[in-house]
Amino acid sequence: MGNIIDKLSPLELKIIPFLGEPIPKIIEKSNLDKVSVLRALKFLENKKLIKIEAKKEKIIDLDVNGIHYKKNHLPERNLLLLLSEKNIPSLEEAKSLSKLSDNEFKVSLGVLKKKALIEIKSGKIFLSASKQDLSKKTLEEKFLESLPLLLESLEPEQKFAYQELSKRKQIIEIEEKIQYSYQLTTEGKKIAGKKIKSNLLEEVTPSLIKNATKKQKFRHYDIQAGVPKIFAGKRHFVNQSIQQGKRIWLDLGFQEMTGNLVQTSFWNFDALFTAQDHPVRDLHDTFFIKKVQGKLPDKTLVEKVKKAHETGIQGSRGWRYSWLQDSAKKVVLRTHTTCLSAQTLASLKGNYPAKFFVIGKNFRNETVDWSHGFEFNQTEGIVIDPNANFRHLIGYLKEFAEKMGYKKFRIQPAYFPYTEPSLEGAVWNPEKKTWMEVLAAGIFRPEVTIPLLGTTIPVLAWGPGFDRLMMGAHKIKDLRELYRNDIKDLRNRKVLAK
Amino acid sequence: MTNIIFPRKEIEKEIPITKDIEEKISLFGTPLERLTQDELEIEVFPNRPDLISMQGFLRAFKSFLGKSSGLKKYNIKKPGKNCKVTIDKSVKPVRPYTACAIVKNLSLNNERIKEIIDLQEKLHLTVGRNRKKVAIGIYPLEKIKLPITYKALKPSEIKFQPLESQREMTALQILQRHPTGRKYAKLLKNYDKYPIFTDANSKILSMPPIINSHETGRITEKTKDVFIECSGHDFEILSKTLNIIVTTLAEMSGEIYQMILDYQKKKITPDLEPQKTSIKLENVNKLLGLNLKQQDLTKLLAKMGHYYKAPNVFSPAWRADILHEIDIIEDIAIAYGYQNFQPEIPQISTIGQESKESIIKNKIAEILTGLKMQEISTFHLIKPQEAKLMKMQKPIYVEDSKTDYKILRPNLTIPALRILSENIDSEYPQKVFELGIVFRADESQETGIKETDSLILALTPANFTEAKQHLDYLFSQLGLEYKLQETEETGFIPGRTGSILFKDKLIGYIGEAHPVTLKKLGLKMPAVLIEISLEEIYKAI
Repeated sequence: MGNIIDKLSPLELKIIPFLGEPIPKIIEKSNLDKVSVLRALKFLENKKLIKIEAKKEKIIDLDVNGIHYKKNHLPERNLLLLLSEKNIPSLEEAKSLSKLSDNEFKVSLGVLKKKALIEIKSGKIFLSASKQDLSKKTLEEKFLESLPLLLESLEPEQKFAYQELSKRKQIIEIEEKIQYSYQLTTEGKKIAGKKIKSNLLEEVTPSLIKNATKKQKFRHYDIQAGVPKIFAGKRHFVNQSIQQGKRIWLDLGFQEMTGNLVQTSFWNFDALFTAQDHPVRDLHDTFFIKKVQGKLPDKTLVEKVKKAHETGIQGSRGWRYSWLQDSAKKVVLRTHTTCLSAQTLASLKGNYPAKFFVIGKNFRNETVDWSHGFEFNQTEGIVIDPNANFRHLIGYLKEFAEKMGYKKFRIQPAYFPYTEPSLEGAVWNPEKKTWMEVLAAGIFRPEVTIPLLGTTIPVLAWGPGFDRLMMGAHKIKDLRELYRNDIKDLRNRKVLAK
Repeated sequence: MTNIIFPRKEIEKEIPITKDIEEKISLFGTPLERLTQDELEIEVFPNRPDLISMQGFLRAFKSFLGKSSGLKKYNIKKPGKNCKVTIDKSVKPVRPYTACAIVKNLSLNNERIKEIIDLQEKLHLTVGRNRKKVAIGIYPLEKIKLPITYKALKPSEIKFQPLESQREMTALQILQRHPTGRKYAKLLKNYDKYPIFTDANSKILSMPPIINSHETGRITEKTKDVFIECSGHDFEILSKTLNIIVTTLAEMSGEIYQMILDYQKKKITPDLEPQKTSIKLENVNKLLGLNLKQQDLTKLLAKMGHYYKAPNVFSPAWRADILHEIDIIEDIAIAYGYQNFQPEIPQISTIGQESKESIIKNKIAEILTGLKMQEISTFHLIKPQEAKLMKMQKPIYVEDSKTDYKILRPNLTIPALRILSENIDSEYPQKVFELGIVFRADESQETGIKETDSLILALTPANFTEAKQHLDYLFSQLGLEYKLQETEETGFIPGRTGSILFKDKLIGYIGEAHPVTLKKLGLKMPAVLIEISLEEIYKAI
């Protein structure tokens, strides 16, 4: 018990003397507003001193017309008064003199007839009420005066009046309210009504520190109680994942490549042995930039690429068509990061073995839905090593998948215009129990490496689809969530610890 | 990417589908997409159009499984009397080549006909590049009188009843009114003569790549013999496509007959002579990291339908994908089984290195998250109305965007304001930043477009002082200094907007957004923004 008393806050202490009384009384006597009293009660409930009950109640109260009628009588009363004062046999006259609206008049006639206070015979009204009848309040009038009432605790007469009035226009309404009440627990009964004087200290203040002694006793806080949320600054979760991805590449000894999002078709397609009539080079799939024409790199490189396409080089037969410079000059938003690999190879000048990576945005002309967007992240690594082989490629991929957190890994043949052999790696998603095809890989074709590197050194290349890996890691089902920038969502999203 | 559906029942007549076979299908290079009671769906890569037909797939896959391995041979008959196609010079500008064949003694039923039409359509879409590169016509031979002529005429001289039409139409009417004509009209646009095939009676058989004639253009269950033509711009592709079709028909028990093609020089198609590629065992082993012997190659290559006699590999004439030794090596790897390669990490020493720009950007992000700022990540494209609102000069458009986002973003201010306006229901205060690439026209660049890294800070509700505090803190943490100079910016309050100068160069602005701008964006709180180009900062650090 003592322990609980130590924890009582000033607010709770203020209402304990009145505990046991109904809530409105507590509000009245404690001089606190309703919100504070309810908060104090909530604290007491946390300490198991009381049990709060919230009951949804339907309360009948006056509506707009009801308020008006309560002040100025119901229309039927007005009509009745008029009829008892004057002898007005004609309906029309009665209506105009009563100053009631069409509807009010009609309703009033009906009500009075039903109560047998008037009679209507061939268009004339006859008062049939006695004086006694006239002085008596109707059930409806009594009901209006007694509002507000609880719907479920109506007397039979009130129920009748309620039914009658609810048929009429905006006289009464039903409000749903939550009524709080509470009951004392056994522990609560022990302190209810007591005046507890606490000499416990509240805040630690500079003056208190000055006079600090071990004897000072502080109020115990309810450390279980909820507190308002705060938000810190954070990186966008996609960039967090990119950082994580970068660390893997750096751990494996790769060097970061940088380069443009806007590229000439030469780097994005031609240097990668993608024929000029390949469907990917269609407006339909790729974003071409309007009204600009790019420049081609140095002539010898362009000539070699042209030859690789047209007739092939060093044992290759090529695509056998006539390669056009204008098509290569078209400027695009890059469709893959492989164009950066091509540029890197072209600038290596014999400095290998070497390993490079990039994580970056790519683009495709797409509508946006749950699994597609016009922007997506891709990561890609290349290994330039005269002794590299297919088994090394699989080795790197396996290592990469493991570092991404995927233990099970499998590969299958695949096709890309610029690699041969090509493969697709899938990782096992143990939660969904499915294979996710996320690793595209291969060894660059000689038609790619000869023009760019000058020799046929095997260049291993792989590019995991980064967004799909990320969707798994962040448990995202809809790709649009990645770039929605809903600040609330960004604030609440967990930081990945992996 | 082409997905093909085969009836499971037909496949299982040859190969019962077990769990092991399911895996083998994918390991053969035709990923298994779906398997149901009735259907088997696989993906066929664009380099293997020969696997599009069920007959083609079974031929290759049975060989891969070791049943009837090796180079498959088909009986092919020499050209008979009148089996000739004359190619007139007039087709040269519009559609210069054709490769043709005759296949006899087919026994067709509705299912077979459907398979043939399916194959034709899939080939049109893939190797045919939607009929541009290859258009295929298959005709009942009994309605045709040989020999055939391939020539081009003026549109006004071409008149015939096309398929799906009740009456005769001129070439122009077909292109303007016929549904198929309208669909492919662009392929004949800008030519003054259109290609046609005619028979010995000068009857028009078809107008490639658009449509066949009603009279001769459709095979039925009664058809026994067919004439096949492929037309286009590249004789070799046409020839390979023809080979795929005739060998598929041969698998349906047809007999292949050659035809003489009378160009200036005579050619004969179909030509099923195997393609020869020489390989070196040493290259194979080096690239795959294996230790194979000559006899291993013989076995492995036979599984993929090749015949090996060192140093030459003889490949089927319907394979269109073998350009280089490397393509043969991939087949060897597939035959060896991708699952059988032992992964290995080579012992080469390289040093990991993050780019300088990445390091600086991370540092900036760290400073700003320390200021309780939330990073955002927005699209690189913006909407035209956004560009208009901020009075953007010379927007750079992408062609035919399928969304509202059509312009390369010139700054990060526009997207940041968009994000603020989309978040009026999120809790305030909101402090966001973004590090990203922005674009501007610059003729000195290879692409005519200059890309730079930029940084935006947006604070709401906030005043100028708070924004300047953030700017001060950022620069002092980077160990740099800046100067402000009063300026005016579209959308910002004059007198509360400044240019940020770094080493006397203009690198950005700081400013309080004008209430008119805020109102247009549906924002209800004051907002201050800072945008800085990072190019000069990179140089200084």
